[in-house]
This record gives sequence, structure tokens and C-alpha cells, in this order.
Amino acid sequence: MLKIKNLRANIDGKEILKGINLEVKPGEVHAIMGPNGSGKSTLASVLAGRDEYEVTGGTVEFAGKDLLEMAPEERAREGIFLAFQYPVEIPGVSTTNFLKTAVNEIRQHRGLEPLDAVAFLNLMKEKSKLVEIDQSLLKRSLNEGFSGGEKKRNEIFQMAMLEPKLSILDETDSGLDIDALRIVANGVTKLKSRENATIVVTHYQRLLNYIVPDFVHVLYNGKIVKSGGKELALELEEKGYDWIKSAVKEGSEI
Amino acid sequence: MSDSTKILEEITGSDYKYGFETKIENESAPKGLSEEIVRFISAKKNEPEWMLEWRLKAYKHWLTLTEPKWQNVSYPAINYQDIIYYSAPKQKAKLNSLDEVDPELRDTFKKLGISLDEQKRLTGVAVDAVIDSVSVTTTYKEKLGELGIIFCSMSEAIKDHPELVKKYLGTVVPVTDNYFAALNSAVFSDGSFCYIPEGVRCPMELSTYFRINAANTGQFERTLIVAEKGSYVSYLEGCTAPMRDENQLHAAVVELISMEKAEIKYSTVQNWYPGDKNGKGGIYNFVTKRGICMGDYSKISWTQVETGSAITWKYPSVILKGDNSTGEFYSVAVTNNYQQADTGTKMIHIGKNTKSRIVSKGISAGKSQNSYRGLVEVMKRADNARNFSQCDSLLMGDQCGAHTFPYIEVKNNSATVEHEATTSKIGEDQIFYCNQRGLDTEQAVAMIVNGYCKEVLNQLPMEFAVEAQKLLAISLEGSVG
Repeated sequence: MLKIKNLRANIDGKEILKGINLEVKPGEVHAIMGPNGSGKSTLASVLAGRDEYEVTGGTVEFAGKDLLEMAPEERAREGIFLAFQYPVEIPGVSTTNFLKTAVNEIRQHRGLEPLDAVAFLNLMKEKSKLVEIDQSLLKRSLNEGFSGGEKKRNEIFQMAMLEPKLSILDETDSGLDIDALRIVANGVTKLKSRENATIVVTHYQRLLNYIVPDFVHVLYNGKIVKSGGKELALELEEKGYDWIKSAVKEGSEI
Repeated sequence: MSDSTKILEEITGSDYKYGFETKIENESAPKGLSEEIVRFISAKKNEPEWMLEWRLKAYKHWLTLTEPKWQNVSYPAINYQDIIYYSAPKQKAKLNSLDEVDPELRDTFKKLGISLDEQKRLTGVAVDAVIDSVSVTTTYKEKLGELGIIFCSMSEAIKDHPELVKKYLGTVVPVTDNYFAALNSAVFSDGSFCYIPEGVRCPMELSTYFRINAANTGQFERTLIVAEKGSYVSYLEGCTAPMRDENQLHAAVVELISMEKAEIKYSTVQNWYPGDKNGKGGIYNFVTKRGICMGDYSKISWTQVETGSAITWKYPSVILKGDNSTGEFYSVAVTNNYQQADTGTKMIHIGKNTKSRIVSKGISAGKSQNSYRGLVEVMKRADNARNFSQCDSLLMGDQCGAHTFPYIEVKNNSATVEHEATTSKIGEDQIFYCNQRGLDTEQAVAMIVNGYCKEVLNQLPMEFAVEAQKLLAISLEGSVG
């Protein structure tokens, strides 16, 4: 589904991604871990098409298409979803209205008829149960005055509504208490299918207790320096990132 | 010698006579402004002597005035002798139904998306359409007539209801009020008149569409709305103009009079041609709008969505004379490219316990300049007057300007006056967030802007709100790279 080859990217002339290689297949959950500043969020942003980042090398293929050629909205319509680390507020625009536009934009791209108001509201009802989000929240301005937990839940709710092929969760666990974390993670798990894939970007292992990854990758200094199964996350939890850092410094194989 | 000059000579060479109009073949007055032109317009319109006198008084006063320069806009000097002050579409017979309207004219309406027949059928909006200077047709007049409501063109009102026009015209905006009001009073060609009798709630939105069609014409419409004791009316005004290279002048006057416990709601969606991307052409929209809350517990509410015009200069105001009366002003002003807007309101508190509320949302894009200018004045006698003002500015890009000029004058210690102001930018973050959900940048901007303006758009009647939302999106097209 997603093939990243030797991806390099800069921001303000500074190289952040220094040759990323990653392949994600349908049905898989990949966790990308790493210390602060290693390039995790940059990778998520570059995949979503944020234009502050300049891609300087490499290729990204998504469902057989050149992802880097596409505008951010085309990527979204093709089925890439980014759950933001810091979801933005849009005053005066209700989540409901926002999502109605988004859902129908994506449906149009897939050659489907737009949903009418009734069908849309039914879909909202169904999906809001998945992430245990309060319906009244959806009538309010998008993310405005939402708590940190409500914002993250709203991200996962949007993911449920848009039914993406590939979801990228960027530090979705940050700022969540343990109950909210469980609800959000359960939502993600329920949305998992054999057709879609998930990339979980996280600093801590605890989210991975709920969203069990098939693969764990350690990103450090712009490169994936170690990959493994879910047990790698536990190892990182126990030992921290320092052993990885020093191993990279010494230039030895990890 | 051209026909029009001949006619002009005939008019000026003889005393003014009623019924002269039938002899005139031409539809336009020659360029320029003079006493003769004022007489010409009055004669064209078969006006009674008192109306002509009124116009001449205004014209003579206008001659003593100089164009105001205090507003925060700049434009080359207007040559008032290079403007055609009267231009009528080629319509002769009086119309009995919509079917008699010139098909080409109806096409124009259709292009504007306001097919009269359709509006009539679907929305039940009564429309008084003004193209250039003459009211083409007024719908629903009969139905309204049953309730005693008068809704007609100003020309008809002068003919059919002279006592009402005489009593109220110029009482809120006197002919001597300001440069453009004086000009309008001298040369106004048509407009709408609306009278709601005591205790009547007007069952439909009354609507007027103005459109400037011919080249080099100024449009000087005059609107007068009187709501008697305990009555209610909601009035919609929409404006458009085709694209032209040269600048056209639009100097309208609107007067509202709200008696005891009466309410007037006046909504405008102004989409005059704003000029091209380089600032060439466009309408100069210099308008005087004012309402007076004459009676106790009366209310006047202005809502405006201003997206067009090269220059907008207007301050829909309310004089709160009656005790416990309420004035409201809700405004969205969008400027893009080289557009300039200096707009706001005046709330004059005279009566006791009077309340006013101002919500102004400015949006500047491109190289445009957008100013809010508002006066809140509390007079000595106005015990417990309250005002709340909120002025927000939204900037798009880094070459535009947003300015706020609030004036507050309080002469009574019991008054409460609040003013809040914010300035913000549409964030790249917000746009990217929308992009990531499948919306393209134009859609994202439209959505963010509509959200920002929601408080004002909510004040508009339903079908107008939809149109206004679309207009906002169109006006800002290409403003985010």
C-alpha cells in the first residue's frame, strides 16, 4: 500500500529526514517510535503533504500512485488520514458541517453520490459511538474550546467518518489521561480491517498496549535505525532511547 | 445637434410642464450635472412641482459643498460633469405582469440568479427590481395591498402617495446632510418606497435588486421605509453591476422610520463590480443609510454583507430617539485586490434605556484596505443607555490593511459602553487541516471565512444567507496562494 524509498526532507534548509525506507501493507499496524526531534512528526507531515517541508530525495508510492506528486487534499481523497498532534480550531464551523463537506468531497472522489442530511446524520450517530464522543460536541465549532482529550477523540471520530486506507496517528496519546487513551485506542482498534493500515507515531509505549503493532520502527536522527516486532516497544520502554543513541554514535549495528 | 441636446434646450427654454415626458424619445440624459439636468430628470419622471423644488434645493446646497476627504480611502478626483445622471431601460408601457418585462431584461435577472418568476413562485419574495434608474416591475403589490402595505417604486410613491412622501422624505437624511446625500437628493432617479400600516406584520421579505447596466451612469436610488406603530418589516437589498473599465458612481440614500414598538430589519448584500485585479474600474459606492427609532420600544436592525465595489463608504446608522428603543448593526465587509472599504455605523442614543449592538467583521485580502469606523454617542438625556461593539478583522496575506476607528462620546454617566476588537490571520495550519480532510484551499478559505462571519450571516434571511456565503467564497477566490 505504502512504499517509502530513501525519503529525504528539509525544513528551512535543515535536513530532518535523511533517507527513510518503509513499506506498509494492507491490514498492518506500524509503530514509529523515537526520541524527541528524531523526525517522527516530520515524516507524518511529509506524508500528508504539508508544504513547509521540502522533499529533497526519494520516492513515496501510495496504492500504486506517486504520493509526492499529489496536493494534500488529493492525498486525503485517495485515502490518507492524519490524526493531528495539535488539532486546529476553526471558529464558527461546526464539526458536523466540516465533516459533511469532507465526507462528500471524498465520496465524490470515489465516484459515490453525496450523502443527504439524513444519511449523514445516521452515519455520524453510528461512528460517534465507536469513539464514545458526545454528539453535542459535534454541533460546536470545530475543536474550539475542546479539552485536549476531546480534540484527540474528535480526530479519531473524523477518521471513522472518512474511512481512510492509511491512517497516520501523530502522537495521538500526548495529553491524554489513561481513560481517554483507552477510548481513543479502542476506537482505532475497532476501525482496523484487512483493507486498511495504520501508522502510529508515538514517543511512549503505553499506547501500544491498546493498539498492538505488527511492526515497531525506531526513528533516530532522520533514519529508521531499528525495526522489530511489538516486543521492541517494550524493550524501548524498559531501556529508554539512550542505548540506541549511543549505538548510532558509535556507528555500530544495532 | 443631438436629440438629447435639443430636448434639453426645449426644456430649459420653456417652463416646466407636466406630461412633457411623452414627447421624449431618448432614454438617457446627456452627461453632466446642472440645474437643467435636475429639471430634466424631474420632467422625465412627471414629477409634481414640490418634488422639483425639493430637488433644486438639494442641488443648490450641493453646489456649496465640497467632497469629503476624511475617510480612509483614496481615489482620483471624480469629474461630476462626466457622469450620466439619468438612464432608463427601453421600456414604455406600464406593466401589468412579469410577462410584459423585456425578455432581455429578464435574461439579465436570470444571469443574476434572481429570475423574478421563480422567486415569485418559490420563495414568495416580493421584488422591486431597479435596473439603472427606473423601477422595472414590482411584484406582489396587490397581495401586500390587501394588508394596506405600500411597496412600490419611489416614482410611483411620489405620484400615488404624495402626502406620505412629503411627510417623511428627507426627514432622516436631510438634503443638506452631506455631499453625496445632497447629490442624491438632487438627481435620484428611482428607488423603493415601503409603508407598513399600524399593527401589520409584513408576511414576506420585501426585496429590491439594484443593478447598474449602462456605461457612465451613476445610480442614485432613494429608499424610504416607514413602519407605523407596532408593525414589522424585513427588507432585502441586493446590488450587482456588470464589469466595466471605468469607475461608476453609486450614491444612494436610504431612510428608515420606525414608530412605537415597530421593527425594521434591513439586509443588504452588496456585490457591485469591484474592479479588476489591477484595480481598474469598479463602482464607487458612497451611500448614506440612516434609520430613526422614533417611538418607544422601536427597533432597527441593519445587516450588510459588502463584497463588491472598488470603494465602499457607508455607515448605516440608527438614531435611538424613543425610550427603550434598540439599534443593531451587523456587518461583513470583504476587500480583495485593490478594493477599499471604509464602513461602520453610528449609534446615537437619545432616549432612555436605549440599546445598541455592533458586530463588524472585516476581511482584507490582496492589496486591499479595510476600515471600520463607528461612532457610539450617548446624549445627556439617555439614561441607562447600553452599547456593545465587537470589531474583528481578518487578514489574508501580508499586503492588505485592516483599520479600526472607534469613536465613543458619552454625555451621561449611567451609560454602559463596551468595545471589543480582535485582529487575526487565516492560519496555514487551518488551511492545511482542511486540506488534509479532502477540502481544497478555496473551499477551506470559504469555510473558515464563513465560520468567522457566522454571527452576521445568521442575521440574514435564509436564501440571502446562502447567496452571501457563495459571494464570500467568490470574492476571495485566488486570495490564498
